[in-house]
Amino acid sequence: MTTSERSTNYRVIGTRPVRPDGVEKVTGKAQYGADVRLPGLLHGRILRSPHAHARIVAIDTSEAEKVPGVFAVVTHRDFPAARDVVQELGESSVNAMELSDNILASKKALYRGHAVAAVAATSPHIAEEALSKIRVEYQVLPTVLDVRDAMREDAPLLNETRFTKELGGARSEKPSNIASHIRFQGGNADDAIAGADVVIEREYRTKMVHQGYIEPHNATASWNADGTVTIWTSTQGAFSVRGQVAEILRHPISSIRVIPMEIGGGFGGKLPIYLDPVAALLSKKSGRPVKVLMSRTDVFEGSGPTSGTWIKIKLGVKDGKIAGVKAELAYEAGAYPGSPVGAGSMTMLAPYAIDNFQVDGYDVCLNKPKVAAYRAPGSPAAAFALEQALDEAARAIGADPLQFRLDNSAREGVRMVTGAPLAKVGHEECVQAILDSPHYKSPIEGPYRGRGVASGYWFNGGMQSSVTAAVNPDGTVNLIEGSTDIGGSRASLSMQLAETLGIRYEDVHATVVDTDSVGHNDVTGGSRTTFASGLAVYEAGMDIRRQMRERAAREWNVPADQVEYEDGRITWSDGAGNSRETSFAEQARTAPQKGGPIVGKASLSARGVGGAYGTHLVDVEVDPDTGKVTILRYTAAQDVGTAIHPSYVEGQIQGAVAQGVGWALNEEYYFDDNGRMLNASFLDYRMPTTLDLPMIDTILVEVPNPGHPYGVRGVGEVPIVPPLAAVANAIADATGKRFTELPISPRRLVEELHGLA
Amino acid sequence: MARRTYVATTINGMPTEFLCEPRQSVLEVLRDELGLTGAKEGCNNGNCGACAVLLNGQVVNSCCVLGVELEGADVTTIEGIADGENLHPLQQAFLEEAALQCGICTPGFIVSAKALLDSNPHPDEHTVRFWLAGNLCRCTGYDKIVRAVLKAADASGAPVP
Amino acid sequence: MESFEYLAPRTLAEAFAALGNGKRSLMLAGGTDVIVQLRENRRSCDQLIDLKHIPELMAVDIRADGGLDIGAAVPLAELYGNRDIARRWPGLVDAASIIGGRAIQSRASFGGNLCNASPAADSSPSLMAHGAVLTIASAGGTRTVPVDEFFAGPGRSVLQPGEVLLRVSIPPQPARSAVFYHRFIPRNEMDIAVASAGVRLVLDESGDRIASARVALGAVAATPIMVPAAAEAVVGQAPVADTFAKAGEAASAAAQPITDMRGSAAQRKHLVSVLTVRAFEHALQRIREGR
Repeated sequence: MTTSERSTNYRVIGTRPVRPDGVEKVTGKAQYGADVRLPGLLHGRILRSPHAHARIVAIDTSEAEKVPGVFAVVTHRDFPAARDVVQELGESSVNAMELSDNILASKKALYRGHAVAAVAATSPHIAEEALSKIRVEYQVLPTVLDVRDAMREDAPLLNETRFTKELGGARSEKPSNIASHIRFQGGNADDAIAGADVVIEREYRTKMVHQGYIEPHNATASWNADGTVTIWTSTQGAFSVRGQVAEILRHPISSIRVIPMEIGGGFGGKLPIYLDPVAALLSKKSGRPVKVLMSRTDVFEGSGPTSGTWIKIKLGVKDGKIAGVKAELAYEAGAYPGSPVGAGSMTMLAPYAIDNFQVDGYDVCLNKPKVAAYRAPGSPAAAFALEQALDEAARAIGADPLQFRLDNSAREGVRMVTGAPLAKVGHEECVQAILDSPHYKSPIEGPYRGRGVASGYWFNGGMQSSVTAAVNPDGTVNLIEGSTDIGGSRASLSMQLAETLGIRYEDVHATVVDTDSVGHNDVTGGSRTTFASGLAVYEAGMDIRRQMRERAAREWNVPADQVEYEDGRITWSDGAGNSRETSFAEQARTAPQKGGPIVGKASLSARGVGGAYGTHLVDVEVDPDTGKVTILRYTAAQDVGTAIHPSYVEGQIQGAVAQGVGWALNEEYYFDDNGRMLNASFLDYRMPTTLDLPMIDTILVEVPNPGHPYGVRGVGEVPIVPPLAAVANAIADATGKRFTELPISPRRLVEELHGLA
Repeated sequence: MARRTYVATTINGMPTEFLCEPRQSVLEVLRDELGLTGAKEGCNNGNCGACAVLLNGQVVNSCCVLGVELEGADVTTIEGIADGENLHPLQQAFLEEAALQCGICTPGFIVSAKALLDSNPHPDEHTVRFWLAGNLCRCTGYDKIVRAVLKAADASGAPVP
Repeated sequence: MESFEYLAPRTLAEAFAALGNGKRSLMLAGGTDVIVQLRENRRSCDQLIDLKHIPELMAVDIRADGGLDIGAAVPLAELYGNRDIARRWPGLVDAASIIGGRAIQSRASFGGNLCNASPAADSSPSLMAHGAVLTIASAGGTRTVPVDEFFAGPGRSVLQPGEVLLRVSIPPQPARSAVFYHRFIPRNEMDIAVASAGVRLVLDESGDRIASARVALGAVAATPIMVPAAAEAVVGQAPVADTFAKAGEAASAAAQPITDMRGSAAQRKHLVSVLTVRAFEHALQRIREGR
């Protein structure tokens, strides 16, 4: 763990205080969504389709309704007709009709695990018994499970009325599973590649994987007598839940109150809703509050993993520079359109300055769960492909893989594939940090050991935030905010407010409140919270400073613009020996007598978001007899802007690396030919355990984001982008064989190394 | 439905009685009948460790034990790890080392690690990792969790063998 | 989960009486398999009979003749936490310490692992290599079955209705012998064996030749299997790499694995050879180190 020198001396930023929610969490008292207990609470469970593609001919719930203890049964018939409108979810968006259909299937089940009905009963066991008494008549249809197969003209169609949105807004002639085709183009890729010294052309595949948050989805709802609805849930965005529920139930937004409970991980997977409107309708029908929980199998089969992908790359290098790249990316959207192929296409080339490119992206529907965001959605698979191709190209010309990346690096002013020029960014600094690291300077020796590097980029998000900061007479401040805290944002926001006001971190008390209690906040997604809500916190702090300066100016009878605020001290001086001084604490104490409460407020749509880069270095050892890969050493360098709380920044990087290593080596949705996921448990969906990873070293490179007063960049998503490729490059180095398909599992390795396949 | 069974047990040092159906797990009894929601359901089949509790001093997954099996037993949950307002060294170390992000796995890790330190006050890194392999965390990459357990072991004051 | 009754007999006689009451029964030892299977509707019963209050099933006895009797419901952690057992039967610890995580091992038992009769169970190849014998009790008396004859198919054993697995007996092990069990899993813990091998290696008095051997494999057939051909391939030979390689080939030849989400048939056939060789090497090391 190292942190580079920073030029600015902060008092609070850069320290490592204990988070405000910490004690509650280590003592088991923190309340997560499943922990909600209410008088008369009923337990809801969901019936799911056993078929990956089937027409729903009839649903008979009459026997289930007769089970003693059952209070309500709902199906899609209970939903109002949905509108054909698109809602933004932060890192993704959703069409209301498709969202409604995904929450409870109407005409067709489009994947195994697709919800078709729900029951509320006095115990979870009774609810489950009742589910078994619901009779659903299915007409089973042919399934399509592979992204390339789904693109074929003769593929079974999930939606006979869907046509491809082609380039320039055109529409395909025939219905298709390809929902859309996008293209980014610059220069002339064909000519550049034709004139190159070295050309690498490869196809790559990655499998559908899950975010793997430990807490299953949950929602508790109470349909109140006055028509208002209260929802308790674990979500990345309470306001987003409110908006989605309002749309699905066609209910006024102001009549829905969403109470965000502590959240047990999300990584993008808790942006969409699955259970909330169902719980609300069950409550409406039963007249009692209803808690609906997913099982782990439900989570795997019925929530939103990320896309499996097929990517083809043709890359030319001339005189040590990337001359041109042509790429095609086909991403699985799952049952409804909306894969992150756009983000994959836009981020793939972002670490490099490449003039000649053509990137085509295809969003493809097939009989798998509708994908959701997963940490830098779309980017890891794109980097898996590009960074391996670059590695091969560097080897082909005898270049050091890091120096090659440095020689081709993007920097301020370089245009991305969208045409937008980069602001001040830190990719070169990350590559240099790895070049300078003790890890890179150490030798890697021994048979079947190898070293790999890879870089990655993520845009990061801005979006809307609102906060209120209320000053108390004892000099403490209540920070009222609405951003879900997944990884320590109550701490990172409190620290920014303390820094702004020049007070102690311990004197700020941050609370994430419900949707009735603060202005709108977009989701905790896109690595935006410490940046954008941080910006709002800063503005609220400046609002408090302004109010205090104005009060002091009035009291001292001097112009307010001559009153200074620094480090909690409020001063005036005329330069001729006359000066006055008061303090934050004094202003807080005397506020009741001198004008009343001091409350800072800010509501904003954040601008100045800073994209960010990371470069990772990994050493592996491959057991050639069993195909087992051991991660020997891992170092991740990342441009973090400014590390507000370095421990939590490190934690984001370390956690993302662990997910990336799992994705690279073992994680995959393993389907049978009928679209049934055979490994829908934590036993067989193999996420890394404590024994599968070493300590993960981090290098926090601080290239402050010019768009934020403290230089904050989002940090949570970038670090999952490089690991897939870094591990693959290390395995290629160790074995001499290039693996272009994930996961590079022991099975795949041993079959390849021993010619068993 | 089978009749609910009377069970007398001790939970976090308090004599505790409850009624439960035979099919209810200890996890369900703790959470739904007794209001002790510190143990979490992550998988409900013994593969994530989020529901870990101590049963007669041994760490178990409470989703894989039935409530009726608690007759006469002694149970410690995450709610019973601290000594009043004094946090257990593991809890303190988890806070200081930033060993939690979302926190859903934290109760299971602390309970499981306590069982380790109770039996082996000075484990090495590999021993810690082996013991905790049944506890999944998806946020931290385990780095800071392992450091926290090692730190708590150092802070425990137990004699080094 | 369907509803069921819970019974906790204090004696074998009470257990047999319950077993004879006409209801569909399942046995509960550690519960780490059966509770999950009931929850996931993979098994069902009218009554669940908890065997942990019957003294015979919870007893551990290091016999005077050098053998070891393990009550069928004794938790794995209790076994390997016993220093005498850990020192004298490391081949049992190999299996007992990797079944599930530590929290599983506080409850799970060899008896439960055997009765669950998974082809991939970790206890089976280890116990088979040891030549373990099972004592099965019923209202009519007791019978013994070598552990290698206990399995009838995936999830099925020779246990008849009304019978209870009472104990697992490890006979005295030969001089200059050692057992080693290991498995291959994609992660480093918390996985079901893709393939596994348990071997017992016995050297002759000179220590230069192999007097006898036992080779048992897991996860490569419908049940755990003994591979006599792999043992025969090494008997009379020097305990060296070439010898062990022959055992590996025989193990691979005997394996009849399937492809599933945990591994492919080709991978498993390859792996059992590797695992058999490594198990012999480790067993040899144990003998040489006097363990």
